Amino acid sequence: MDQPVLLEMKNITKEFPGVKALDGVSLKVRPGTVHALMGENGAGKSTLMKCLFGIYQKDGGQIFLEGKEINFKSSKEALENGVAMVHQELNQALTRTVKDNLWLGRYPKVGGIMVSESIMARETKKLFEQLNVEVNPSAVMSTLPVSKRQMVEIAKAVSYNSKIIVFDEPTSSLTEAEVEHLFRIIDMLKSKGCGIIYISHKMDEILRISDDLTVMRDGTWVATRPAKEMTMNEIIKLMVGRELTNRFPPKTNKPGEVILDVQHITGKYTRLKDGTFQLRKGEILGFAGLDGSGRTEVLENLFGVMTREGGTITLHGREIKNRNPRESIKNGFALLTEERRATGIFGIRSIRENTVISNLKDYLMGGICLSEKKMKADTDWAIQAMHIKTPTQETAIRSLSGGNQQKVIIGRWLLTKPEILLLDEPTRGIDVGAKYEIYQLIIDLANEGKGVIVVSSEMPELLGICDRIVVMSGGQVAGEVDAKNTSQEEILTLAAKYV
Amino acid sequence: MSKESKELQAKAQSQWDAKKVGNLLLDNALYILMIIFVIYIAVVNENFLKVPSLVNILSNTAAYLPAALGIAGCIVLTGTDLSAGRNVGLTACVSASLLQAATTANKMWPDLDTLPVALVIIIAMVLGAVIGAFNGFWVAKFKLHPFIVTLGTQLILYTCLLLYVKMGNNNGMAISGMADSYNNFVKGAIVSVPNGSGGATPIPNYVWYAILLTALMWFIWNKTTFGKNMFALGSNEEAARVSGVNVFMTTVMVFALAGAMYGWTGFIEGARIGSNTANTGYNYELDAIAACVIGGVSFVGGIGKIRGIVIGVLLLRLIFVGLTMLGVNQDLQYLIKGAIILFACALDMRKYLVKK
Repeated sequence: MDQPVLLEMKNITKEFPGVKALDGVSLKVRPGTVHALMGENGAGKSTLMKCLFGIYQKDGGQIFLEGKEINFKSSKEALENGVAMVHQELNQALTRTVKDNLWLGRYPKVGGIMVSESIMARETKKLFEQLNVEVNPSAVMSTLPVSKRQMVEIAKAVSYNSKIIVFDEPTSSLTEAEVEHLFRIIDMLKSKGCGIIYISHKMDEILRISDDLTVMRDGTWVATRPAKEMTMNEIIKLMVGRELTNRFPPKTNKPGEVILDVQHITGKYTRLKDGTFQLRKGEILGFAGLDGSGRTEVLENLFGVMTREGGTITLHGREIKNRNPRESIKNGFALLTEERRATGIFGIRSIRENTVISNLKDYLMGGICLSEKKMKADTDWAIQAMHIKTPTQETAIRSLSGGNQQKVIIGRWLLTKPEILLLDEPTRGIDVGAKYEIYQLIIDLANEGKGVIVVSSEMPELLGICDRIVVMSGGQVAGEVDAKNTSQEEILTLAAKYV
Repeated sequence: MSKESKELQAKAQSQWDAKKVGNLLLDNALYILMIIFVIYIAVVNENFLKVPSLVNILSNTAAYLPAALGIAGCIVLTGTDLSAGRNVGLTACVSASLLQAATTANKMWPDLDTLPVALVIIIAMVLGAVIGAFNGFWVAKFKLHPFIVTLGTQLILYTCLLLYVKMGNNNGMAISGMADSYNNFVKGAIVSVPNGSGGATPIPNYVWYAILLTALMWFIWNKTTFGKNMFALGSNEEAARVSGVNVFMTTVMVFALAGAMYGWTGFIEGARIGSNTANTGYNYELDAIAACVIGGVSFVGGIGKIRGIVIGVLLLRLIFVGLTMLGVNQDLQYLIKGAIILFACALDMRKYLVKK
């Protein structure tokens, strides 16, 4: 790489109390290229970017932008000096309008203190036209779907006219059409000579758009290569530090008789128009569909989180109501929610509390007092059975990696001895190695005779572990396919049926 | 289109209309009830809608409005300010002590000439703002919840207040006997309204000041960088930070601005009440917070309108005056106020709930 270097990060070190988050990491970004930054969760990618962007202060190393050493003390300084970032978590003022969010921190002024709404409106229009973003600038952010919010966030990062733009998992909430849109924007930025740092877990995206590729593992630099020379398997090997021959464990479960029969369930406030399907004992049933197709709504409706307007649910030939989660749990259902951080974990509470929370009545002694001993024993069981990596039971769950958090929650539900497991995006935001373990857990559960429903936006995952796949489209079931004899194309065709 | 589907569509249409009307009624329930309440009182007691009573409601609203406008900013930041009342008390006593008439017996500072009113306004507002900034500093620097910070500072302020009223010649007595310049500035009237029975009811000057301050606050909230930053910060602090907003300064400024508003309230109360003790301003923050939440300034953060705050204060005052006119037992008024707060907030929250 003899080409000019736009940004160079040299031997960056960052320590948090007790952990060395970054240990001598280096990164070089050339102008007009996309540099992919890869690694499992917890490898330090986001931390490295936060050091660049002034959110964290690095403990050691140097950063050069166009040959000049920089050390940003705040995001403001980074933005002013030509470094912008699309953050992994949507950082938006949801109660404010799109244009208020776009120009936050740099409102155009008139007369020194007054914000000029007209300049803001004009600039927003110009920006959206240039990037082809179709969003009403005066809409309140919270009224937009998540994917549109993300597009606004991307437009905002572009609008700084920065030399370096960091995209930290920008596509996790985007539809496929919007991902294409983003790639067109990135191409435009490249032709303008920007350096792009692109963080993503999605291999196909990385291989498609990046020029260079740096892999990190456990806070250290592992390799930097031209992306053209790499294959998906090589990248995975570098990321996990070992060969990963199979992405999916062998399917050993044998579906038996029908245990759950769901007919025409509809949502009162949601767009679920018709959910009809059957689930067999020991079966893994997948739910595919585009974002907003009603996949998640099927599970939440079935579990009683959302209000059901019509339809019937029959378990073992007996009609059940599942009016609310408590009733559903009694009926042997368990729901792993889509947004782990928002609706799954109790972040600051311990692993033990997170594990036993759905099953507290089992630990009552004399109806009043909870037995610490029994709770400890059950948590120990969960830690062992799920292979949860944690120093102690008392550790706060938020300090675990995403994969381990997910295992705690699966453990939580297994303690309620469910018969039907509803898993919504069970591997979202989980690194490659841990995904395999989650897949194995799911297959083991089916082997034990439980019925498992998996909702996922990753099609290879559904094809890899499911027996049958129900495809949702526009709030209703568009079709059902046998996972062994189908293709991504067939599923996509069905998914577009009622759009 | 088949007949059946037409019928279905028509049915969906009518349902939608009924739902829309229902929502419209619920969204405006507070105003509808307010109008019903006003009509009811007017029927029972004909004096309620006469000029003196209306001017009374108006001036009461004007007296309590600035503090509510100030505290609203703290609520927009998902905080609160429990020190508002003591801040009003201290600034009221300081204002009053600096503007006692030269002839007043036991004048607190006998050697002091009566100061220019404008200077005292500045002193009161700056003092209030400094106290507010002190609150804001603890909130922004040490990431403490404003509830805790102001729980502490209101106690500190009370001691300051107790010590202050014992200074000079005052010995802890009520500070009264204001200079004419002060009384005229605050309570004088440049406009009087004919009251229908031959006389004229004066509208006290502080009503006009309150209108000016409301306009100023509306401008600050909606038209300035500071205002927009405040809302962004209340909505999502992290988003504001990574967008380059100076979170520390904005927080301090919001509390300082609130403090300046309490300082103004103190200055007005000094003359309006005319007899100032360490208990002046006591519990003002509760009325101010109640007015804000009734007016839709949400504790969720990042949400609130000046219009709502004005309506909130007006509604509370209307109810107090109205209940008195109905001859309702004083003891019951707190119950009714409490019920209104619960009712208003439940209605308000309804707007932000997403039905599943």
